[in-house]
Amino acid sequence: MAATQVLKSEWTKIKSVQSTVWTLGLAAIVTIGLGVLISILSKNEFAKMDAEDKLAFDPTFVSFAGTSLGQLAMIVFGVLVVSNEYSTGMIRMSLAAVPQRATFLFSKITVAAALALAVGMITSFAAFFLGQAMLGDLRADIGDPGVLRAVIGGGLYMTLIALFSMGVASMLRSQVLALGVLMPFFFLLAPILGNVSATKKVGQYLPDQAGSKIMQVVPPLDDSAPYGPWGGLLIMCAWVLAALVGGFVLLKKRDA
Amino acid sequence: MGLHTMIEAVGLTKRYGAKTAVYNLSFQVRPGTVTGFLGPNGSGKSTTMRMILGLDEPTSGHVTIGGHPFRKLTNAPRQVGALLDAKAVHGGRSARSHLLSLAQLSGIPAQRVDEVLGVVGLQDVAKRRSKGFSLGMGQRLGIAAALLGDPQVLLFDEPINGLDPEGIHWVRNLMKTLAAEGRTVFVSSHLMSEMAVTADHLIVIGRGQLLADMSVKDFISANSADFARVRTPQTEPQQREKLSSVLTEAGGHVMTEQDGAMRVTGLALPRISDLAHEADVRLWELSPHQASLEEAYMRMTQGAVDYRSTADQLAGFQQPPQQPGGYAEPAAPQQGWYAPPPPQPGGGGCGGCGGPACGPPPWGPFQPESCATFTPLRSRP
Repeated sequence: MAATQVLKSEWTKIKSVQSTVWTLGLAAIVTIGLGVLISILSKNEFAKMDAEDKLAFDPTFVSFAGTSLGQLAMIVFGVLVVSNEYSTGMIRMSLAAVPQRATFLFSKITVAAALALAVGMITSFAAFFLGQAMLGDLRADIGDPGVLRAVIGGGLYMTLIALFSMGVASMLRSQVLALGVLMPFFFLLAPILGNVSATKKVGQYLPDQAGSKIMQVVPPLDDSAPYGPWGGLLIMCAWVLAALVGGFVLLKKRDA
Repeated sequence: MGLHTMIEAVGLTKRYGAKTAVYNLSFQVRPGTVTGFLGPNGSGKSTTMRMILGLDEPTSGHVTIGGHPFRKLTNAPRQVGALLDAKAVHGGRSARSHLLSLAQLSGIPAQRVDEVLGVVGLQDVAKRRSKGFSLGMGQRLGIAAALLGDPQVLLFDEPINGLDPEGIHWVRNLMKTLAAEGRTVFVSSHLMSEMAVTADHLIVIGRGQLLADMSVKDFISANSADFARVRTPQTEPQQREKLSSVLTEAGGHVMTEQDGAMRVTGLALPRISDLAHEADVRLWELSPHQASLEEAYMRMTQGAVDYRSTADQLAGFQQPPQQPGGYAEPAAPQQGWYAPPPPQPGGGGCGGCGGPACGPPPWGPFQPESCATFTPLRSRP
């Protein structure tokens, strides 16, 4: 079974359902739109900030403010790509055609991740440039130190979120279950754990808290993270790897 | 035609927790014939199909195709095609995209997709999302998927579910054509009547265990021949033995039923009467009977049905009992499971043959087959 055949097939699958367009489109629009909105608001509020906050003002990170909401659409994309196979029963036809389950799962994930990466990168660059345009003289330049890293990191972050969701969906199989776990996790649990001082020590190692470090250029005032931007991304990668390995092991072991 | 496309199960067992879905199942499915896989709902047919396809791992035993486990086959879709579940399609995807994604998996050219869409008659709706498909259209799409790789081995799980009569006829002919081309065709169904006209060979299971593995011809001759029930006075068993030997001598075949009556085949009723008279044996009963295939099948699987309906008691819905003095209400007819068919016109004997071909059972009882629809089977080589 040539992997290229499976990749081709997965590409046909992913482009022939509308949920792909909807979820990825929504991820881009929400991330860019909200980033632009927050950039405008930040520019207007900047004069009222105190000196400390002005010092820690991170124009790059501000333009990525939409990511926290946009990533939810990315999660839905990742979950649907995998769990559609199970909810429709298509998984049996797929696995009957590709008995090598590793080839099947990783081809599917490769295609979806490549698509998420393309959309994530475009979104990240668009959010940055549009956001900076709104910030006027507060804006950062793509050539400034650390800025290009943050913008590329924004695209990688989105991709890793999608990959993590695919891994979790492979483990849980059910759409409802996967979304029911991931949505509260990323929308409630991680932000709360990561921002309450008592739990911050643990919370900062959660995938989104660690991974979003890559999008910061100016570290926040209360920054106590023991890792840098790439270190944070590496922590996120470890989470993704764990989810994917878990998904694969279960797929390999389980009856279809 | 060779053994390289034979499906062979040896001691196949599958347990899900405490529930045993398939137990010690051994059978062979040979090329060149349509093999029917028959059993009540929940008897383990689909589980067996999934194990053949390497989707479920057997708890013990093994199943191979041409000597290899499915997962070890090179480019499996070109060798084995399967219809497992007609609804196993993403509703938002068009029929063509669905088939194309499957074709690409095994390097089948896109042109073949259009071919099979034509074969199953879905070319006009190929671009439509499968969400709006009827169950019958779904079955056709599933069959198209099975045919994609032009495989030598084909598995169909309940392919006629939801099809209209024209569709059923089409599937029937398709199976026969595929088998005539030397392919191995394994079709599951819970309808005996359908298998009787489609299959050449039958594998019957109940509760995951093998009940029968024989040709349809044998199954029919063993189970559907008409018979006469002959009862002699119970008080005189020697009379029964006497008659039995006389009938056997005259070329009849005598089996003893549980209640002591004799089931006689191979002799016409008037002849039985004459022979009894000559032997000076009194008869308490001499009646014509007709066993249908469906009946035989149900009797066979009787002990092996998981989901059995009970009589609806309608507790709490009943009118209060009528005041004494009135006529006693006749007892509701006992819903005995698989009660023998009453020997009158339109009796239960027709169930096995699918409708209009069954008239009242002919007098002059010993027609070799109970229903005209079975005729094509006899002419088969």
